[in-house]
This record gives sequence, C-alpha cells and structure tokens, in this order.
Amino acid sequence: MAVETGEAGIRYDHGGDEFVYAEVSTAMSLPAHFTALAITRRLAQEAIAGVEEICPSNASYMVRVDPDRIHPRDLVRELRRIESEVGDAASADPSFTIATRIVDVPIMLNDPWTHEVLMKFRDRHQDPEGTDLDYGARINGYDTTEAFIDALAGSPYLVTMMGFVPGLPWCFQLVPRERQVEVPKYVRPRTETPERAFGFGGAFAVIYPVKGAGGYQLFGSAPAPIFDAAQEQPDFAENDSVVFFRHGDVINFRRVDEAGYDEVREQVAAKRWRYRTAPVEFSPSRFLADPDGTNAAMLEALYS
Amino acid sequence: MSILVRDPGLETTVQDTGRFGHYAIGFPPSGALDSFAYHVGNALVGNAPGAAGLEAVYLGPTLEFTTDTVIAVTGADIPATLDGEAIPLWESVAVRAGQTLAFGQLTGGARPYVAIAGGIDVPTVYGSRSTYTLVGMGGFGGRGLAEGDELVPGEDAVAPRAGRRLADDDVPTYPEIAELRLLVGLHSYRLTPDSLERFTDTAWKVTPDANRVGYRYRGAELEFVPREQPFGAGSDPANVTDCGYPVGSVQVPGGVEPIVLLQDAVTGGGYATLGTVVSVDRDRLAQTKTGDRTRFVSVDLDEALTIRRDRAAQLDRIRTALS
Repeated sequence: MAVETGEAGIRYDHGGDEFVYAEVSTAMSLPAHFTALAITRRLAQEAIAGVEEICPSNASYMVRVDPDRIHPRDLVRELRRIESEVGDAASADPSFTIATRIVDVPIMLNDPWTHEVLMKFRDRHQDPEGTDLDYGARINGYDTTEAFIDALAGSPYLVTMMGFVPGLPWCFQLVPRERQVEVPKYVRPRTETPERAFGFGGAFAVIYPVKGAGGYQLFGSAPAPIFDAAQEQPDFAENDSVVFFRHGDVINFRRVDEAGYDEVREQVAAKRWRYRTAPVEFSPSRFLADPDGTNAAMLEALYS
Repeated sequence: MSILVRDPGLETTVQDTGRFGHYAIGFPPSGALDSFAYHVGNALVGNAPGAAGLEAVYLGPTLEFTTDTVIAVTGADIPATLDGEAIPLWESVAVRAGQTLAFGQLTGGARPYVAIAGGIDVPTVYGSRSTYTLVGMGGFGGRGLAEGDELVPGEDAVAPRAGRRLADDDVPTYPEIAELRLLVGLHSYRLTPDSLERFTDTAWKVTPDANRVGYRYRGAELEFVPREQPFGAGSDPANVTDCGYPVGSVQVPGGVEPIVLLQDAVTGGGYATLGTVVSVDRDRLAQTKTGDRTRFVSVDLDEALTIRRDRAAQLDRIRTALS
C-alpha cells in the first residue's frame, strides 16, 4: 500500500493512476477543513503541471493528476512540501482569510413533501416509529423537536465540500463541537429523495439538487433551486453556471413557513428568483476564537 | 444530412472523451466507458481523436443514414448489418444514403460503439458532448436516443475512408472471467486483512445493478475492522467522513456488495473505499454484463503506470498505422 504521512499528519494515497487522495483527518473538524482549504488554495496558485483538478473536501482533498505530465509520487512530494509550508496556519494565522459570501437560503423544516417520502421508507430507518426529525432530536439530546429545529437553523453553515451530484453542498455548521448535530445515515439508502430536500448525515447538512436516491435523514425542503440546467433563474444566467453554490460559501438557513415557501416558489415559477447574498472576508482564526460573534457580524452584513 | 434513429436499442448515448474540470462541483467525467473501443472507432473512420460517437449497451441501435458516410463498429462482439448484409467489426465501412445499420445478438462483451465520419454534432456542454443522463445534460438533449431522433454528423472528419482495419492482434478478447487490476488503498485499512484477501480471491458476479454509474457485484461478505467512528462519519462501520471518490474506486456499503464507480458516478460521499481500478481496465469492465464473473487483481502504482503507458503507446501505434 502506497501510504505516506506528512509533517502535519496528512495521509497520502493513490486512487489508481489518476487520483491522489490526501486525508487531513479521519474526523471532521473546522481546523482540519481549514488546513485542507489552505493547501488546496496554495496548490491552485502554484499551477503545477499535471495537476488537472483540485477537489477540496470536508477533512481531506483529492487531486486528479495527469501521470504523463507529473509522476503521482512526485506530486505527493509537492503536496508534502506545501503541507510543511502551510501547516496549521489557516487556523492560527489571522492574516489567512477567505474572500467569500454569505447566502440567505430559505428552508421549510418539517415540510409535507419530505415527510411524505420519509414515511414511505420507515423500514430502512433506525427508528421506524417516529420521524427523522424526532429521531435526530432525541439522539442529539434535545427535549423537543422544536428545540432541535431551532438549533439546526440557529447558526450559519460553511460549505466544506461540493459534489456527489452537480451542485450539492455539504454544509458544516459554524458552531463549537459540543453544539454540532450528528446523525447516522439511513440503515439502507432510500430509492427516492425529493428535489431540493434538506437532509442531514454524519455532521453535514445538504440540499439535494435533483431527485434521486439518498441516505441522509430528511428534515425539510428548500423552495429555491440550487441546480438549474437551463439557467433560467437570473443568478444562474448571470454566473453562467448550472450550480449556485461554491466551495467556501457561508449559508444561513432561514426558516420559512408554508406561505413563505410558496412565495419563493412563485418567484421561481416567474423565473425571477434571486438569492440574497453579501460578501464576507472569513477568517478561520477569528471564527475559532469567537464563533458566535463572527456569525453575528456575518448575519448583520447579510440582513442589514 | 442526418442519421435517423429507427430503434434506440436498450440505451444508446452520445459520448466523447469526457467532461473534465468540473469534478470539484460534482460533475463526473461521463464519456465513453470503453475508451479503447471509442478511440479506435474514431481512428478507423478518420476522425479527430475527440469526435463524439455512439455507445450502446447489450442491444445495438437501428440507424438509417440519409447521406453517404463512413462508419465503424467497435467494442462488443455483436453481429452488425447494413441492409441485412453482415459488415465486419473493427473496420471502417462505406455507407450509402438510404442504408440501415442494425445489430444482432451480442456474443461477447457488452457495449458496441458506432463511430461516424465527422462525429455527431450535438452542443458542447461544459466542454464535452458526452451525455450525463442523471441531470439531463450533454449529448442528444441530455438523454439516451429515442425512436425518431435525427442525428446530424459533426465536422470532426480529418480523413474519412472505408477499408481501414484494426490488426487482429489489437482486437480485444473478452474471456469468461474479466480480470480488473486495482490499486488497493484509500480506506482499505477499514477492512479486516482476511476480507481484503477475500476481495481479491473471489470471482465476483456482476449484479443487474450495472450501468454507466457503477457496477455492483456479489460473491462474498467483507468485514470492517471495529472502531469508534470518527466525528462526522456517521455510525455505520462502512462510513467515513464524506470525501472525494476517484473514478474507478471500489466501495462496499454494508460489506456485501462491492461497487466500482464509473464515468457517470457520484463524485464523493461517505463510504469507505478499498481501492481503485486502474484507468485502462475500466475499458474491460465496460465490456462485462450482468451475470459475468470478475476478479480483482492487486497491482502497485508502478505497474498501474506501466499499464497506462503501454495502452497509450498501443493507441499511438494504431493511430499511425491507420492514418
């Protein structure tokens, strides 16, 4: 097995002849993510020949390599060099910041559409008697489902990975570890998930861009599209992209009721839905020192 | 000037070399699963290397040509006919306006490819003409071909000519048990040593769940090393903190059914990956079908790179010989 471990403890391995995998940590944490982020940003800047695609993920990253231009072992050597140069600076050094944006994402929790689907698949769930939200509340130590919903929508999330299918954001809540929600995936994946379902699996919230199979707990539904193949909505047309989210986006899931949900759907039907966004300069070190203060400042920028 | 789809077969899609550069936002590459058959097809008809062609599976399409052209059928062992007359595989053939290409029953492999002089003119989406049906993008309207569709030949012809033939030695054979070479690693430490051994000792059977997204196999049960799951991964022992999946990587949800991810697969997720099939052997995999047996053979990185170089040299030699 071609495993190497670098100075900051990153584990490297080869995914066949075309991919190199670098695992910062087996566990998810914001510092591990920020390290992966800092290394992949540097790697992109260096524009090393043979580095074809860089895919930052939650606590790891992956590089698609053209082995005809750089030997994958030489690439690992370069990655180890960057690892030793960057180290944990992303979390420790106040001068490391990410120019990104905070996005307002309406969400209806405990909605009728995902409820209908999740009730169909109780035989694949840990708790066939209840709902996914009731189960999530209980195993995370919340007295009521309402209190659990408040926690889910109570603080913004960071998009720490994109993928699975085009445009799906993996969102990690920007709160200290003891406040983070964790739920298992379904015992056996569902064969059905509604488009725009808001799901949760492991420590990650997601929105499913398109309908399909899925194994995350179903908690709600987003009225606005995050994937738009025809680029009909102005956000997608203006960015000339079929996906809305980007790695590094900060998302505030804003709770809406059914009337609020319908209001967004009407704008979507009229092809004039626009996400509310505001630019932010995200500093991992400042965030880690004062999570709630940093979140409050970002929300102020978004809604003021 | 067009090609009329009289019968699409089971699922026939427009494919090229693939859609690259968007893996990080969740776009798998798509593109021809059997890259060798696809590239040789283009070389035979005299197309530029990236011209779009047709990939079928199990059943070939029935196509009526309304213009004179040159075609080549490569890939699976399947009888092909023009107006009922048998035509050779792995050889470029002249087609006259009004003739119909049809296929008989597959005798080996799984996926026939049809290269057409000039390629197929469909819009380039995110840098490729390949079909990605999951989100309905690329290819012909983002979907498999349907009866009544009209394909328009593209402009990627360099030197179209009938009568070019692939040397017999270069024609792939499809033995009963497919051997796929793979690099063990990534999260292979999650499986017990016994299970890893069992993985390469077993002649796995391709299940009905075998398509452009991935191939699922049955044949043995694999066990995970017990552990306290790291934060973020979820409680199932098959789960890891969600990460990127290499194309060709092998995961084992539940320990029962290994899945090899292919060109239309999800780009990431939370299942432990035990290794990755070398890129060249995805061609061989693409020519296996439900019920076929497959064995995984462990190779190291240097062997994987040699396999890759040998295939590139072979294609170069073939292109030179056919030019």
